[in-house]
Amino acid sequence: MAEDPTGQALVLGFETSCDETGIGLVRGRTLLSDALATSMAEHERFGGVVPEIASRAHLEAMVPTVHRALADAGVTAGDVDAVAVTSGPGLTGALLVGVAAAKAYALALGVPLYGVNHLAAHVAVDELEHGRLAEPSIAMLVSGGHSSILLVPDLSQDVQELGRTIDDAAGEAFDKVARVLDLPFPGGPPIDREALAGDPRAIAFPRGLTGPRDAAYDFSFSGLKTAVARWVEAQQRDGVPVRVPDVAASFQEAVVDVLTAKAVRACRDHGVDHLVIGGGVAANSRLRAVAQERCDAAGIVLRVPSRRLCTDNGAMVAALGSRLVEAGVTPSDPDLGADSSLPITVVSR
Amino acid sequence: MLTLAIDTATPTLVVGVADGDRVLTEAAVPSGTRHAELLTPTVTAVLAEAGVALRDVGRFVVGLGPGPYTGLRVGIVTAAALGDVVGAPVHGVCSLDAVGTGPRVVLTDARRKEVYWAAYDGDRLTGPDVGRPEDLDLPDLPVVGDDRFAERLGRPVTAAEVTTAGLLRAVPGGDPAPLTPLYLRRPDAVPNITRKPVSR
Ligand SMILES: [Zn+2]
Repeated sequence: MAEDPTGQALVLGFETSCDETGIGLVRGRTLLSDALATSMAEHERFGGVVPEIASRAHLEAMVPTVHRALADAGVTAGDVDAVAVTSGPGLTGALLVGVAAAKAYALALGVPLYGVNHLAAHVAVDELEHGRLAEPSIAMLVSGGHSSILLVPDLSQDVQELGRTIDDAAGEAFDKVARVLDLPFPGGPPIDREALAGDPRAIAFPRGLTGPRDAAYDFSFSGLKTAVARWVEAQQRDGVPVRVPDVAASFQEAVVDVLTAKAVRACRDHGVDHLVIGGGVAANSRLRAVAQERCDAAGIVLRVPSRRLCTDNGAMVAALGSRLVEAGVTPSDPDLGADSSLPITVVSR
Repeated sequence: MLTLAIDTATPTLVVGVADGDRVLTEAAVPSGTRHAELLTPTVTAVLAEAGVALRDVGRFVVGLGPGPYTGLRVGIVTAAALGDVVGAPVHGVCSLDAVGTGPRVVLTDARRKEVYWAAYDGDRLTGPDVGRPEDLDLPDLPVVGDDRFAERLGRPVTAAEVTTAGLLRAVPGGDPAPLTPLYLRRPDAVPNITRKPVSR
């Protein structure tokens, strides 16, 4: 095994919780490679990710994607010091392809294996670009599968959930509204694009769970999605052409307003002055801009990974694995499996 | 040459080590839907019992099903990854070929009240295929495999499972082909052709 002069572990990360087969290599906090295969094109016509199609694609992509990650990093499999894999939450069948592959690579390479939490990995990936996370930090994770606000006293072993969505995930709302507006799936990028030409104040869409007696850090996007659909239907009924950019901008503003207000409030309430935002929706340009404005006004340091690392990838798993190695966390048992609803409080298992 | 054989096409996880065609050690673990949890620990145990190091394995054999997809993929991706690191070829075989010997019909559980089946007389005559036991037009051969289907089939079924020896016998000659699972069914997916308003 080639000894790294810096003494830092080389970690190989596997991510297969949804439709992306992500394999990443990280040494310490340095990103070496981030190979990705996606089956998104096969899901488009269904308007959502089809689990069996995703699982089939993971199997096909697995070994070639590992090879690509190793080649891009300029290392060989024998150089790897530890393996990390998303063991939940996510789609069970999809997760299991990654877990089985990671277990086999770890066994054959004779290195420790870490089954990690996908959500914590979304936070950890920011360390690759912005250095060690301030602890405690508040983390907000927003994607097609999850929307939650976390208090992170210690990313390697202590993550607490302050709030989460009680119905749709933020990204899910983007997908559903995109469908109403006849925009492609996934809905985030086209809505972001349309909104650039629209007026965010054109339509006053509801802000869910923002009343004085509502849970401070929980989200609800189902009512917003329905409000958008009703508004579009009413326009169509009246024979008024729907101004897609205005609808997109107003919808996006409602989501972004609620997300950023609650994240900043979580920081203030807990006396925390660092906020990190991760997940696919963190690639949204309006979210990034409004979060920056509000954090600046509140004296909060905002950290958001570059767009490429916000969406699911293998580097985020390797990043968290690297953090666990560094912290001396006990590796996973050999009978590691997948847990589709792994709670965020379980960073590794 | 040492061979490590793996099959996860049925609720019984099978891992075996052979030297040539002599099976050294074999484990058949009734693991239900826990193949992913139990496969690598079983590989470790079987290798240890045979006194064989993984790096000394010269060939891998893996069942491509048909079988329940999630478990099937666990076995295939595991064999592919082990073969990748060790640098040894991985041969995929039809898992039904590895159940029983001689002229027979092999039948395993396909869930959804259906069975996977194939018929053999020396070579594989028919299959692998999937269907309801009541609807099958099977050749007049002894039936082996999952005996819980005897009643619905209306014929006796002799219980039999995948074996390491069976997996070894099933290896086709020549270079390994791509490890494509024998899915036999298309993915469940309802295409979203008509776009409907989402308000309730
Ligand atoms: Zn994610």
